[in-house]
Amino acid sequence: MKEFDLSKLRHGTDLIKRGFSKMQKGGVIMDVTTVEQAKIAEKSGAVAVMALERVPADIRAYGGVARMADPTIIKEIINTVSIPVMAKARIGHFVEAQALEALGVDMIDESEVLTPADPFFHIDKRVFTIPFVCGCRNLGEAIRRIWEGAAMIRTKGEAGTGNIIEAIRHQRMVTRMTQALKTMQMAQIRKLADEYCQSYVTAFKTLTNQNVDEKTALFGPTTYSQLKKEINEILIEIEKLQRLPVVNFAAGGVATPADAAIMMQLGSDGVFVGSGIFKSKNPEKRAKAIVEAVAHFDEPEMIAEVSKNLGDAMLGIDISSIPKDQLLQERGW
Amino acid sequence: MVSLQGAVSEHLSSMNRVFQKSEMKGQAVLVRQLRDIDACDALIIPGGESTTISRILINSGMYKVIRERIMHDDIALMGTCAGCVLLGKELIDSTTDIKLLEALDIQVERNAFGRQKQSFEKQIDIKGFSTPYNAVFIRAPVITRIWGSCEVLASVGTKIVMARQKNYLAMSFHPELTSDLRIHQYFLEMI
Repeated sequence: MKEFDLSKLRHGTDLIKRGFSKMQKGGVIMDVTTVEQAKIAEKSGAVAVMALERVPADIRAYGGVARMADPTIIKEIINTVSIPVMAKARIGHFVEAQALEALGVDMIDESEVLTPADPFFHIDKRVFTIPFVCGCRNLGEAIRRIWEGAAMIRTKGEAGTGNIIEAIRHQRMVTRMTQALKTMQMAQIRKLADEYCQSYVTAFKTLTNQNVDEKTALFGPTTYSQLKKEINEILIEIEKLQRLPVVNFAAGGVATPADAAIMMQLGSDGVFVGSGIFKSKNPEKRAKAIVEAVAHFDEPEMIAEVSKNLGDAMLGIDISSIPKDQLLQERGW
Repeated sequence: MVSLQGAVSEHLSSMNRVFQKSEMKGQAVLVRQLRDIDACDALIIPGGESTTISRILINSGMYKVIRERIMHDDIALMGTCAGCVLLGKELIDSTTDIKLLEALDIQVERNAFGRQKQSFEKQIDIKGFSTPYNAVFIRAPVITRIWGSCEVLASVGTKIVMARQKNYLAMSFHPELTSDLRIHQYFLEMI
């Protein structure tokens, strides 16, 4: 039999991108900054690691512009673990994304934890072979990211705080709006689709000082009327499925096994844990406990058991003590 | 169906669609706890991360129960992707993070085609199927060697991607991601 040519196969289709995300379901994706942390994460049962230079809590403390991590660190982690390796690119920074794809990263997080690079547009994720995950605070943000090609959505929460309240807020915003679609007439859904297009309209108006009409190209070659039609189609799909058409993880504030389990009970397919593990007293024990909590999210005895003697969680921050201009969730639109 | 981690709901809905179309009585259910296994004649171990699924199988006590039923020839098993890795007897890059279920006489190599960028879809020929099957490979493993009574059902080039032995079925791709139900149908007939 002849050896086949891998380069001639179909790569990067929606099925493959969304399929990759589905393999992560019921799992925990952990932020790691060193090879040692990546090994601990893998050993503890993480389904993937997010390779970073600093965890969000340190990014918050450090200040300045947060950018894509040093490729040396990412490459070292790729060479160390067998589970998928993800990395973050700045919002709109498609060249950071291209570099990450070239490095062999398995998924890119276009993340508000880093300082946004483009004030107008998120990355056109459809032109990449590897899949993207993006943050959202509500159904509108989720749908725009899915339309732009995201294969996975996560709640933004408020990263680096160890405070779950924002993640719960965002998950409830998405879930409640998804349910509300059921009670809406087609005309109302069309109107909502138009509303969800308005951030692209605003970008165009700011850039050109002109008004838009149906034929105005708003994102790449996509016209206003086409955009409305396609966003409307995604809304109708969500109304039928009664969930997002892609995998939906929780992120931004998960610090304990119970935090992880509440997000699962609220409808998340899995969780990202950023600072919560390696900013705690006993990272390995906490990592394993959170993995168990996600696998057994609806078994209270299990949550109680794995929550015992974990040592101090990360200290955490009250959201109201953060100046509004330092809220990471406000980044992206 | 072992519902621990990975593409579980997709397998569940594929399998239940097969049940709806078939004369056979039965249903696919989620297995989330040890006690759920007792009621099952067959298990599907889904795609996901083999290290994660292995860890949860051991911690929940399911590993031991499934092993015992394999030794008594008392269970049918299907493993896809990560599930294929776990059903094998040998792993090329053996690691202490994975404890194999040792059902089929196969040796498996994880991530054999490369990283996510190299993941692909391809029409493949499967022994016993009259038309090609669109298989989705995601960071897929391959079967590097088979022995004993194990039989190859499909290959991609020189790489084995599907094998059967007794009522155990292992494949490195994801039949749960497409609407073609022939593989779930095939597995139902094996039980």
